[in-house]
Amino acid sequence: MSSGQVTADAAALSEPAYTADEMMTVSAARALRDGMTCFVGIGLPSAAANLARATHAPGLVLIYESGTIGAKPAELPLSIGDGILAETADAVVGVPEIFNYWLQPGRIDVGFLGAAQIDKFGNINTTVIGGDYDSPKVRLPGAGGAPEIAASCREVIVVLRQTARSFVERVDFVTSVGYGSGPGDRARLGLTGAGPKKIITDLGVLEPDPATLEFTLTGLYPGVSVAAARQRTGWDLAVAAQPEVIPPPSAAELAALRSLEGVAA
Amino acid sequence: MAQIVSLAEAVRLAIRDGDAVAMEGFTHLIPFAAGHEVIRQRRRGLTLIRMTPDLIYDQLIGAGCARKLVFSWGGNPGVGSLHRFRDAVERGWPAPLELEEHSHAGMANRYVAGASGLPFAVLRGYNGTDLYRLQAPDGGNPPTIKPITCPFTGERLTAVSAIRPDVAVIHAQRADRCGNVQFWGITGVQKEAVLASRRSVVTVEEIVDTLDPRPGAVVLPAWTVTYVAHVPGGAHPSYALGYSARDNDYYVAWDAIGRDRAAFGRWLEENVYR
Repeated sequence: MSSGQVTADAAALSEPAYTADEMMTVSAARALRDGMTCFVGIGLPSAAANLARATHAPGLVLIYESGTIGAKPAELPLSIGDGILAETADAVVGVPEIFNYWLQPGRIDVGFLGAAQIDKFGNINTTVIGGDYDSPKVRLPGAGGAPEIAASCREVIVVLRQTARSFVERVDFVTSVGYGSGPGDRARLGLTGAGPKKIITDLGVLEPDPATLEFTLTGLYPGVSVAAARQRTGWDLAVAAQPEVIPPPSAAELAALRSLEGVAA
Repeated sequence: MAQIVSLAEAVRLAIRDGDAVAMEGFTHLIPFAAGHEVIRQRRRGLTLIRMTPDLIYDQLIGAGCARKLVFSWGGNPGVGSLHRFRDAVERGWPAPLELEEHSHAGMANRYVAGASGLPFAVLRGYNGTDLYRLQAPDGGNPPTIKPITCPFTGERLTAVSAIRPDVAVIHAQRADRCGNVQFWGITGVQKEAVLASRRSVVTVEEIVDTLDPRPGAVVLPAWTVTYVAHVPGGAHPSYALGYSARDNDYYVAWDAIGRDRAAFGRWLEENVYR
């Protein structure tokens, strides 16, 4: 884990210490309900989805774009095509089938995505940053399965670390559509899913304002200030009247996460 | 009808300078040994097609084999960036690389269209994304993404043009002595890639007398395959379900090798050209 150690405050010395990334993954896992079907992106989303399945949501159905449906890995897969996914899945199908039959018709409850850059309307960039497309400053991996996951899942949750560089007023390239330029855009574009419902970061949780669809800070982790969240946002971040203080990871959540990651608790 | 030949022979016969080549395998069964043979035979001007370029295309791009890349996700899975790919795009080294960029759903459907003998496929996707913007008339690339209206419902959908590679290259678990090919586990888009292509090269872990039927396995009959080569471990460092696991240390170590032109050059000399 790259982020710094957050020590529990003095009032809760019995709570175990955890990192900001662990808090983010636990928070993301809590957003998934038992029995949901979840289309899982690579990286942080995969850790969170597997944590949910290992804790409060044993009936969560994990679907990976490699074609594994109902994968039940005991450890985090090394990649979306890890053998452990195929060997533990209810069914393994080809790549055209996973996108055409399973994702496109809207039968998946939640799409769980990462991002390199996201804007206040939840549009995601994983393609290029800076310069122009033909000579970008940074060439990112590209779209992968994300555009159709963002379009067709009933709802979307995005997990990424929050920095002023990654949380921008307008993404440099729209790889996957959130709410476009605001209300009405998803319907106009024919996107069948409801769009991103939460952005879960290493500071807290953002949710779309019901009227404007602009992402607003609605939750913070213990010890994180509104000022810190605003400082690490590249737009003028709106804040809910009373942001929820999100409970720290429980000992059981931390143990399950570290076990999945193969780290001794 | 498939011919069983050596890997060097298969590459020599099937792949020519300037060809459009699809080496497929969705994080599983990636035909690395065949890719290294292409580097060794110093093919040039290739259009490389692959959903997930992975290390195999990072190596081919860095070695100067590619003119153009057709793809949907170019990262080092579970590790980070593909630095040879980035060096080519960001700094034109060792040569500029033309890009034709799609989503996974788009690429998969383009292969389906190719395998189906159709000029295009239809999907509900791309609307509102800047991937459309890359197809602008003055953008250089011939368009491969266009809006289409459903003739029955009027819904606005997206058409993507078929992929018809000159050559598909895949790695499979087994073939029999007649050249019938069988693979299982995560089967990706390899069947579509082979059926969409004019020629194909299949490397296999094992050549057996008879292919036992296996639930969920894909079988490509010998008359759909051009060349089969016996290359045990030919998917290393990716994995071959039932034969070998992913060599994750290799993927992690690649980050430092791929990041540095000189280190990459040494890697080529020591591991491919030698």
